[in-house]
Amino acid sequence: MENWRNNKIAFFILSMPPTAWLMIFFTLPLAIMWVYSFADRGPQGQIELAINFDNYIRAVEWIHLGIIWKSIWTAAIATAITFAIGFPLAMGIAFAPPQWKNALLLMVILPFWTNLLIRTYAWIAVLRTRGFLNFGLEWVHDKINAFFALFGLTDLLGQFEALDLLYSHNAVVIGLVYVYLPFLVLPIYATLEKLDKSYLEASLDLGAGHWRTLFSITFPLALPGILSGCLLAFILSMGTFLTPDLLGGTDSEMIGNLIARQFTSSRDWPFGSALSFLLLYFTFIVLWVRATMADRNRGPV
Amino acid sequence: MPDTDKTIISVQDVTKRFGSTVTAVDNVNLEIKEGEFFALLGPSGCGKTTLLRMIAGFETLTEGAILIDGDDVSSVEPTHRPVNMVFQSYAVFPHMTVEENVGYGLRVVGTPKAEIDSRVKEAIDLVRLSGLEQRKPNKLSGGQQQRVALARALVKKPKVLLLDEPLSALDAKLREAMQLELVRLQENVGITFIIVTHDQKEALSMANRIAVMGDGKILQIASPKTLYEYPSSSFVADFIGQVNLFDVTEQGIAHGELTLTVDELGAVVLPGVDTSRTYHKLALRPEKIGVARDKPSEIGLVAIPAKLVEDSYIGDQSHLYFETAGGKALSASVQNRDRDDHHLNKRGEKMWLYWHPAHFQPLSD
Ligand SMILES: Nc1ncnc2c1ncn2[C@@H]1O[C@H](COP(=O)(O)OP(=O)(O)OP(=O)(O)O)[C@@H](O)[C@H]1O
Ligand SMILES: [Mg+2]
Repeated sequence: MENWRNNKIAFFILSMPPTAWLMIFFTLPLAIMWVYSFADRGPQGQIELAINFDNYIRAVEWIHLGIIWKSIWTAAIATAITFAIGFPLAMGIAFAPPQWKNALLLMVILPFWTNLLIRTYAWIAVLRTRGFLNFGLEWVHDKINAFFALFGLTDLLGQFEALDLLYSHNAVVIGLVYVYLPFLVLPIYATLEKLDKSYLEASLDLGAGHWRTLFSITFPLALPGILSGCLLAFILSMGTFLTPDLLGGTDSEMIGNLIARQFTSSRDWPFGSALSFLLLYFTFIVLWVRATMADRNRGPV
Repeated sequence: MPDTDKTIISVQDVTKRFGSTVTAVDNVNLEIKEGEFFALLGPSGCGKTTLLRMIAGFETLTEGAILIDGDDVSSVEPTHRPVNMVFQSYAVFPHMTVEENVGYGLRVVGTPKAEIDSRVKEAIDLVRLSGLEQRKPNKLSGGQQQRVALARALVKKPKVLLLDEPLSALDAKLREAMQLELVRLQENVGITFIIVTHDQKEALSMANRIAVMGDGKILQIASPKTLYEYPSSSFVADFIGQVNLFDVTEQGIAHGELTLTVDELGAVVLPGVDTSRTYHKLALRPEKIGVARDKPSEIGLVAIPAKLVEDSYIGDQSHLYFETAGGKALSASVQNRDRDDHHLNKRGEKMWLYWHPAHFQPLSD
């Protein structure tokens, strides 16, 4: 049978709908935003088309640079913590007995089936001053106190002080770790799953312990998956706005919030567009660095 | 050849079950001597790999014990067992050079740098990889990766080297060369080798002793020659090379010697065979059969006329397939000494097959 790719007309007809869809709903809006990013904001927030770089120049003013820097920093910390939790998790699933794997994977993916907004509100219920976390801590605290009271040491730990977690930078990081964990776990799991287990057995056989095998063999061989997972978590954390909006305090604003505000209360679409494109360029640069690194690893040695 | 009589590996009543249904290894007993080149031979799925992995420590035993150099190793992790393994997939670490791969097993146990360097160089020379030290595995051929895997294991100076189908991924020519090389290597280093294979030629040509496995059990342990010429069961006879089997219909003793009656041949006298056992089959290797146009006149030979039904030419030999008047299929293999000889065999032609009865191997199953 003839390959349908070789039939020009069939190829053209079949590729029309997706191309049109991409053009209308993706490329075109993006192009409009790109044009807006060079425009001026009118007195009532209307868009006055022009070609100038004022918006970009404004974006790199100190106050905005601070927010951008804070976003990078927050995303980096969140990614590091996500990795510290996600890598062992991915390993646990990849090396679990086959009959358990699907159930474990499902548990990682399950939160996706619930709306992000609802999940984030759930965190508010957990983290707030009179939330589940503080209730739990208070319970442990009281039990310890009661235990020592048996030995006559009354009120050893003193009065329980609720932790002020919500509406802080820490809450944002916790939220980001929670939301983007699956994005990091899945690519790492995929690489570990494909990894020939006899490499690990060979390492053990040659006298290396489990930790040595982890650092000398598993890590380097899973590096492509680790990089993909971390970059995904990092890029997504960078652009987030819901998590800092709901869980963060007054100083937790990230670039996503700044952008969102331009399109809402500030009514400054041109500046919002410029910021969006800066974020997009930043993402491209990160991905480009990753691609060149991968090329170098594959290249001649 | 083994120079001592010391047992280096002792497998005692070992059984391995996966779940409740699969018995991969079934009550196996083995004694492997120091310096031996030992082969585990058997069809796919008979449990060879599982047995090897239990020796290496990658599978736990369901029952029984394994002793390495006298020590029960059931509670010893693979990391600490004095044996090393060459994996079927080689498992050469792709992110390390040849040199780093070979040195890995020494680095991880903290061997001094100078000693690592000299031992790595020695091992690389031993497997003839000099000059490729800085190559990454993806720039090596299958045969070269195989050598890296060998050097990496040998550099550890293990008491026993375990090889799981080490040659199965190589092409026929290279495989033959590597067979010779492995034998040479084993003689040089004097380490006990246990090789797993399902290729009977490979086992016969390399090993000092072979254990034939079938369905998780050991069926016969013997030298290659004994295994081929004196198989103990029809499974072994059939698995190692080709064989003609005759059904025994009657067993008797005439003049103190065993006489077995076979439909196609009548009574056959087998001097010097144990008369106390019951035999059900007679086995005869195809190359023991002579083929002639006329009935051989020599007395004491078994001779039977048969019709040639198939002639398969394989270069050095031809496999000839005959059918007797009674419908019994027999195969004979003849050397093609003369270039045009085999053309003389015409299908449908009546010929005489003859052999000495001493070539018969009586089988009890
Ligand atoms: N981890 C496992 N879980 C369940 N069954 C297994 C496992 N490993 C092996 N088996 C089964 O045990 C039996 C023996 O397997 P093994 O790999 O030892 O065979 P083998 O002789 O090495 O075969 P081959 O020549 O194909 O490599 C097979 O029936 C196999 O399906
Ligand atoms: Mg196997």
